[in-house]
Amino acid sequence: MNAVEVTGVSKVFRVAKGAEVVALDSVSLSVVPGEFVSLIGPSGCGKSTLLRLIADLDQPTAGEVLVFGKSARQARIDQDYGIAFQQAGLLPWRTVTGNIELPLELHGVGKAARRARAQDLLALVGLSDFADRYPDQLSGGMQQRVAIARSLAESPELLLMDEPFGALDEMTRERMQTELVRICAETGAAVVFVTHSIPEAVYLSSRVVVMSPRPGRIQEVVTVGLGSAGTRDDALREDAAFFASVKAVREALHGDAVHEKAPHSVRGVETR
Amino acid sequence: MSATSGSRSASPLTRGFSSGSLRAVTAPILLGVVVLLLWQVAVVLLDIKPFVLPSPVNIGTQFASSFDSVWAGTVVTGTNAFVGLLLGAVTGILAAIAAALVRVFDELSVPIVTAAAVIPIVALAPVLYTMFGANVETARQLVAALAVFIPVYLNTLKGLRQVRPVHRDLMRAYAASPWQATRTVTLPGAMPFLFTGLRIASSLAVISALIAEYFGGPVGGLGKSITSAAASSNYPLAYAYVLGSILLGLVFYAVTLAFEKLASRHSSSTP
Repeated sequence: MNAVEVTGVSKVFRVAKGAEVVALDSVSLSVVPGEFVSLIGPSGCGKSTLLRLIADLDQPTAGEVLVFGKSARQARIDQDYGIAFQQAGLLPWRTVTGNIELPLELHGVGKAARRARAQDLLALVGLSDFADRYPDQLSGGMQQRVAIARSLAESPELLLMDEPFGALDEMTRERMQTELVRICAETGAAVVFVTHSIPEAVYLSSRVVVMSPRPGRIQEVVTVGLGSAGTRDDALREDAAFFASVKAVREALHGDAVHEKAPHSVRGVETR
Repeated sequence: MSATSGSRSASPLTRGFSSGSLRAVTAPILLGVVVLLLWQVAVVLLDIKPFVLPSPVNIGTQFASSFDSVWAGTVVTGTNAFVGLLLGAVTGILAAIAAALVRVFDELSVPIVTAAAVIPIVALAPVLYTMFGANVETARQLVAALAVFIPVYLNTLKGLRQVRPVHRDLMRAYAASPWQATRTVTLPGAMPFLFTGLRIASSLAVISALIAEYFGGPVGGLGKSITSAAASSNYPLAYAYVLGSILLGLVFYAVTLAFEKLASRHSSSTP
């Protein structure tokens, strides 16, 4: 059974005066358990929309989204996934521990069990010394690590991440990517990861889904053969195979631009 | 980064904590003393009659000598203001929660709240005295409660509508019930707004409870005492009661301000 099974999904947004924007046009995608899949593409290609449909934060106009064989709605109610956004979205009036405990608290986990779980997760993201701090006392990178710890609180088999490192500087970002790879290796969760950055997608993923805008479609799926998550480290960033994959993803993105004779349509994608 | 900002280039002894906060405290005190001195001098030199304006020393002496009576009046008016503040705040908060949860309630309440916001609430005092009887404090407490209700309701409702989209998405992703979302995200986020409303309302509570005494009801409160002292030409005593009302208002304000500071300690928005 696949972690995510998206079949012929379309999403049409109605904007003012009856005009319609086709955010996604019959998109199909499967993610197997434990697999790391990145969604990449220019602004407006519907990658975030696709993630929101999987999370049941929005409903598709047509098609079907299955998460672990259930409807997206049922999977959300059963808490089958953890989620992290571009904004950490921590509650400023709760401590770091309080924020990580939030999902557990909402789902009736006892106090002692919550504390223990929060401690484990803080150790996992390397923030044990900051358990009693408030979010406004942390840097952006630390806040994002708390948000990732929170998304892992209920040991989900599926992680949904919407540009979680988008607001971070390059140094912090690379460190967070390395950490995420390690965390994924430890937890064995499947990940759907939305990003703007080609190197980020290649470094993290076993498959990179390249999307094109207006209407949002899957352009190409690039399989990255860089070994399992456990064997990936910083040295990989300078590996020839890494650059080859970056090139492949870049060509998939640009091939579309050449085809449509609109090079500006890839704006918003970092090709660093 | 250095501990003190570049603009403070005072000598090491007065740098940092002491220079800024010391000036913040001493400057207003100094100004107050200067004003009182000028007042005293003006009253003595210009030979101003006490029924026009008593001197600060005169008022001070009167305040000290009739402290028991001023204190008794402060307790009566303060209790009315406090009961009104509590009553108005609780109903205001509950109504704001209802308006935030149920759209229909919000739409229904708009004209009523607008009407309540524009009527001079103390004008209701005579009507309320007839309704509840002129020998109990109920009318005054209700006037204070009505005055408190509006700012608390409006501010709390505004606060309840400040929920950030990312928090809304998060609550949906957690399949949180509407009540869970209200309790964990909406209400704590509204707290700083609620306490701002309460701070504004605290002064209104004291003012309304005091002014309501002008329209009738039992004697003993500060308002009644001011009018009766003035009516019997005891102007320094009237001013002593006024001083008592100012102190009462300050206490209400300072306490609610402290709560507000406490509530907005960690409310700065995070990325």
